Amino acid sequence: MAKIEVNKLNLWYGDFHALINVSASFIEKKITAIIGPSGCGKSTLLRAFNRMNDLIEGVRTEGEIIIDTENILANGTDLVSLRKKVGMVFQRPNPFPLSIFENVIFGERVHGENLKRDNLERIAEESLRAVLLWDDLKDKLQKPALGLSLEQKQRLCIARLIAVKSDIVLMDEPCSTLDPQATARIEELMRELKDKYTIIIVTHNMQQAARVSDDTGFMLLGELVEFGRTDDVFTRPKDKRTEDYITGRYG
Amino acid sequence: MIERHFDEELRELHKEILRMGVLAQEAIFKSIEALKNRDKAQAQEVISSDGKIDELELVIDERCIDLIARHQPMAGDLRFITTGMKVNAELERIADLAVDICQRVLALVDKPLLKPLIDIPKLSTIAQSMVRDAIDAFVNKDVDLAKKVVLADSEADKLRNLVQDELINDYMAKDAKTADRAVPLLLIARHLERICDHTTNIAEDVIYMVEAKVVKHHPEQL
Repeated sequence: MAKIEVNKLNLWYGDFHALINVSASFIEKKITAIIGPSGCGKSTLLRAFNRMNDLIEGVRTEGEIIIDTENILANGTDLVSLRKKVGMVFQRPNPFPLSIFENVIFGERVHGENLKRDNLERIAEESLRAVLLWDDLKDKLQKPALGLSLEQKQRLCIARLIAVKSDIVLMDEPCSTLDPQATARIEELMRELKDKYTIIIVTHNMQQAARVSDDTGFMLLGELVEFGRTDDVFTRPKDKRTEDYITGRYG
Repeated sequence: MIERHFDEELRELHKEILRMGVLAQEAIFKSIEALKNRDKAQAQEVISSDGKIDELELVIDERCIDLIARHQPMAGDLRFITTGMKVNAELERIADLAVDICQRVLALVDKPLLKPLIDIPKLSTIAQSMVRDAIDAFVNKDVDLAKKVVLADSEADKLRNLVQDELINDYMAKDAKTADRAVPLLLIARHLERICDHTTNIAEDVIYMVEAKVVKHHPEQL
């Protein structure tokens, strides 16, 4: 079942047409990778799913992005609840300069109704367990989050989304600053999380896209050139431009 | 379009597979010549040259594994390398069957010919042309030629059955003493037919390599 349905999405940064007639279905509880060369529009597409592009001056969009039957591009969309539902993990992990515990329950403190200590502790434990950090950090919850390793910080940022019950997780190059072992562990985490979350990852690392994703979209110059099952895209792409890009011939 | 160092390595692999194809073709040709001319020396030469083909098979396999490990190929590159591995194995088996034919030739060569050879040379002609076409199809990425190879296999099956029926019903069933000359001929027909089967596999792999279409076990896809 489609969790996100994109219909003829066009996006302009001023005069620059950054997304051109993009249409695709992102399936619930699957990992979808978006690949393509720098500047092709993949991060713009990702940021469209929680309207992060709205923060950029001069942005204009046309078309539809339906998430759970609601067109999130419509006027009057509640952006706060949209961004709770559609969380984002960035290239560089960005924990707040707070304790590990306060980072995880930050969203709950802002939006939550039950701020009792035992409820916050339960949310922190559940979220840290979900990202496989609990065993390592349960005795260090009051330590500063900025002291964690890059991989732990990235996991913590994912835990922060889980704590606010995001059901779509957008990941923009989440492993680009991590070493291969940490990357492998984040990829394992993504596989663990996909039972409960719809994950969309933008990556330059083709092997990563091939390893972790169920579906893959290839973007070029603002167009979604090809979208399909990952094994099809990486073994028998339909479009020559996709073939040229994934085999390293695109230049 | 960027010219990659990887392309040079793929060209090397291509050349090695082509060399394997030439060696396998030579082995079949010489084995058939040995049969036709009852040439013991020729048969022994094919048998003793097989080690060279076995070694080349290992070299190609290693190169393919190395390319996969170092380049993590995708799409057409991946299909080319995996097809190369399969074609390599099929060619090695084809060369082994040429050796098997030569061993049968050695069993026959000192005995009087049971009958004039008619269908076996026809079968060998089909086998040789199928092998040649399959290798050409691989080299030139020629799907039409590959399809032609796949379709030719049924002709080889028919001829093998003809040879089999004739040798069993007209000779062995009537005179059991002919068995020591009929059975090697029967096996040669069987080896030739198996060469055609391996060649068909190569042709099917070529179609996958070029069009990403699986026709193996799906003849309706042809």
